Amino acid sequence: MSFEIDIARTLGTKRLALRFQAGAGLTALWGPSGAGKTSTLNMIAGLLRPDIGRIAVGGQTLFESAKGIDLPPERRRAGYIFQDGRLFPHRRVRANLLYGQRLADVADRWMTLEEAVDFLGIAHLLDRWPATLSGGEAQRVAIGRALLSGPRFLLMDEPLSSLDAPRRAEIMTVIERIRDEIKLPILYVSHDRTEIDRLATTTIRLD
Amino acid sequence: MLSLEEWEVVRLSLKVSGVAVVATLPIAFALAWLLARGRFPGKLLLDGIVHLPLVLPPVVTGWLLLIAFGAQGPAGRFLADWFGIGFVFHWTGAALAAAVMALPLMVRAIRLSIEAVDRRLEGAARTLGATPLHAFLTVTLPLSLPGVLAGIVLGFARSIGEFGATITFASNIPGETRTLPIAIYTALQIPGAEAQVTRLALISVALSLGALLISEGLARRIRREGGGHVL
Repeated sequence: MSFEIDIARTLGTKRLALRFQAGAGLTALWGPSGAGKTSTLNMIAGLLRPDIGRIAVGGQTLFESAKGIDLPPERRRAGYIFQDGRLFPHRRVRANLLYGQRLADVADRWMTLEEAVDFLGIAHLLDRWPATLSGGEAQRVAIGRALLSGPRFLLMDEPLSSLDAPRRAEIMTVIERIRDEIKLPILYVSHDRTEIDRLATTTIRLD
Repeated sequence: MLSLEEWEVVRLSLKVSGVAVVATLPIAFALAWLLARGRFPGKLLLDGIVHLPLVLPPVVTGWLLLIAFGAQGPAGRFLADWFGIGFVFHWTGAALAAAVMALPLMVRAIRLSIEAVDRRLEGAARTLGATPLHAFLTVTLPLSLPGVLAGIVLGFARSIGEFGATITFASNIPGETRTLPIAIYTALQIPGAEAQVTRLALISVALSLGALLISEGLARRIRREGGGHVL
């Protein structure tokens, strides 16, 4: 199983409880806004701690309250692609791309800067500042930054929501290629049915 | 032109203010961090104490320093016994007074810029493999640099202008604690020293203006290199 998730956490006045297993390919978490989709990704990435439960990805336990396992985010090897790109504004594109690669063990790196740049078509952006990028360009760089950190899986939080239609189609093609060519397990959050119909191998509905 | 004695005043002022700002910076950053990010009981009280020198009459601050750091004061005795540092009638006393007066301004500027750093960027750094310390050094610290810079300039300007606490705590000793404002005040007491007052006042203006221009220049450079980050 790629993702084995069984978690619960109180968020404000609501209680989020979620349990699912998903195999290879792209698993879509689909539900209305406020259903706890982003919180779920944050818990899998280690940015938010579940009250109880277990999180395992690709057979490796990242969190298990009963056994006191709680890996810090930097040891979970999650490639997290945020809704807003979240590039480091004080670093050029090249330095953004290399940020995670330099921190990864050499054995864990499976893509070079050249390969990532080639794969995403961002060679012309390397010396730019993030503030000068369009939404689609920034999202490509964010994907590259995540891939270069040597992740075991990807978490995508509505990566298309801030893009216009042509840009959405472009990035969707990139995501399909990550799914089919790189074969990285992806957990993909969206409230948009059409995105999910096109991309998802498995769909989990969150209410 | 300046007399030897006046050069001495300028040199002393720069030394006192420079040491005050450099020594205060780590403390100011730590306090700013605590106040921006910390959650602990007594935070409001700490905030109040840090800001006290900003609202107290400087004479009172100087008197409090005298009680704490004077030859008989608890902190003064401790520092003298263990590190051999004395403050009374010594330039270090002027630096301490300047540091205490500069602290709230420095903490304020740095705190604002730490609060302005998007914490989600630190989260992004963590998922990319950064330990909390590495995320701090590569994301939080550089992004709060404009505030640190503003704090340094404000603190330096405040130190150069410090008068009340210094003269109360460290007195008016030529070559030791007679900094620019105190030298101007002293010259004003002497009939016929108007030319000296004018010269020293012009130096004050030049130093303060210079500090502001340097900070503006650095801020522009940071803005340019930081891709849209402003003070």
